[in-house]
Amino acid sequence: MSAQAASPTLPLLSRVPGVAIVLVVLCAIFGALSPGFTTPANIANILTQSTILLLLALPMTVIIMTEGLDLSIGAVLTFSSIVLAVTVLATGSVTLAFLAALAVGLCFGLANAALVALLDIPPFITTLGTLGIAQGLSLLVTDGQSVVGIPRSIEHIYSGTVVGIPLPIVIAAIAYLATHALLYHTRFGTYVFALGGNREALRVAGISVRGMLIRVYAFGGVMAGFAALLMTARLNSAHPTAGIGMEFDAIAAVAVGGTSFERGNGWLLGTLLGVIALGVLRDGLNLLAVPSSTQVACIGALVIVALFIDGLRSER
Amino acid sequence: MSTIADKTVRPQLALSHDVMQAFYRLLAVALICVVLALLSDVFLTMNNILNVLRQTALLFLMASGLTLVILTAGLDLSIGANVALSACLSASVIKLTGSPLLGVLTGIGCGFLIGLANGVLVTALRIPSFIATYGMMWMLTGVTYYYMAGETIHGFPASFRHLGSGYLFGVPMPVYVMVLFLLIGGLFAQRTIWGQQIYAIGANPVAARLSGVPVERRLVLVYAMSGAMAGLASLIILARINSAQGDIGEDLTLPAVAAVLVGGTSLFGGSGTVAGTLIGALILTLVLNGMNLLQINSSWQPLVTGVIVLLAVWIDTRTRRIGE
Repeated sequence: MSAQAASPTLPLLSRVPGVAIVLVVLCAIFGALSPGFTTPANIANILTQSTILLLLALPMTVIIMTEGLDLSIGAVLTFSSIVLAVTVLATGSVTLAFLAALAVGLCFGLANAALVALLDIPPFITTLGTLGIAQGLSLLVTDGQSVVGIPRSIEHIYSGTVVGIPLPIVIAAIAYLATHALLYHTRFGTYVFALGGNREALRVAGISVRGMLIRVYAFGGVMAGFAALLMTARLNSAHPTAGIGMEFDAIAAVAVGGTSFERGNGWLLGTLLGVIALGVLRDGLNLLAVPSSTQVACIGALVIVALFIDGLRSER
Repeated sequence: MSTIADKTVRPQLALSHDVMQAFYRLLAVALICVVLALLSDVFLTMNNILNVLRQTALLFLMASGLTLVILTAGLDLSIGANVALSACLSASVIKLTGSPLLGVLTGIGCGFLIGLANGVLVTALRIPSFIATYGMMWMLTGVTYYYMAGETIHGFPASFRHLGSGYLFGVPMPVYVMVLFLLIGGLFAQRTIWGQQIYAIGANPVAARLSGVPVERRLVLVYAMSGAMAGLASLIILARINSAQGDIGEDLTLPAVAAVLVGGTSLFGGSGTVAGTLIGALILTLVLNGMNLLQINSSWQPLVTGVIVLLAVWIDTRTRRIGE
């Protein structure tokens, strides 16, 4: 992409993707500022904490590639997590609770899909509306309180390990590889690229654009359901504000990762690096005792810097 | 072309499309009022009517600037967070200097600068407006929480509080501000070249650019105006509740978006009026006020507002498709 625009003086640097530079610079800054940053335990911590965000950022990449957006994904995660906790308390069955959480995610995904694909309502306003609905339902079901007292077995999903690797990392790796396969090795993936890049061509080729959009948004909902499993396991409870703003982090990770908001230019590996860059930023700021509200402002600044670098490079 | 035949037969009906749209919306207002008057004894009390008017004024001030943004087919999701930061900064300035005038200037100036930043993100960095302003919303919230650190600033001079809670001839002050900006906004949009250029950008940005409209400059102006109106609204809230906290305008963005859309401004740009937004703000306020009077759990409010937004856009999409 930027290979043609490579300037003769800095051929190597302009071939390196912006997100990799961002990641290296962030690691260098925090490595220098706080001694605890480079310890293996902290690095494992960054990767584990990034898994929930990755589960949201993967479908967000696909959705943004179709020139869409899902603002509801954080609120849907919250509501799924609450339904999971309430179900497990009511029935005692962890499996049933998992399925209920996935079903909630799927329902919201399908609702977004129906509004976007069938009623032609723009994605950002559709998902802004469903964000309000999911947030309202979360508050109504819980009355603003945390749902606590869920079985310890759920906690193991976040704290357990498989052959020494934390379970959330295994789950996130599987999700990443599956999305990668879906995007780059199936016809579905090819059509996703076409949905953002050249929708008319897809239509002319006789592919149902609506059918594609429905699948894309349903994918987003289901992944929010999976993320709810990890979130509930991590907090060992469900809280009606747990996922507020997660959609902002997910969009930021996708943007930092170099996926364009127009023309269907997407890069899944960039999103993975973007998620880790956000994880590094949050962790580094935590070590420096920066309050979480200020971290959001820093993430916004990071996105602007990343977009600015990308803009400069594509103009050259 | 049967439409031409219709026009020649009954020209007055074809001309009055906008009037009919406003009429339907006023009918909705009347209907809601009748239902609420039947369901609640409190609704028709003077106290509640003045309260509804005051709330409408506040929502309209935020929504009127937003109307201009949506007319250009953009969106400003940062206005609620803008209100919070502007209110907190202006509260600090009033506390520090004791001068309401400096506080007013700070509030409007802060809102204006935030809007300007939105405009630059949208035009110079080419970030879609709903993403840029959504990111701005979270950044502003972060800055406000950091700045306030959980503190509350309260107790302002009476001359400043008058702006939000005072009366003139029995009518709340915010209502006068609302009428003033209804006139300014309406005249600006309908009767000035800049206003017409804003409509042109929303209807067809390429055509607008080709006919010499400075699209980038007008877009920056529109976001800056939306920000300044949020700054003004923050002062009204501040003067009304007499205290500033970090979460002050948080849940006002969605109702403001809903007010613009219910008021008949198209999300796709190019059509709508500031006066329509006033009716939209009135409808939204009546619905939310009604839910309060009927003692419905306030958790329902974001849900209901979300549904109203979706309904309004759906109707808009349908009418446009029929129009085509």
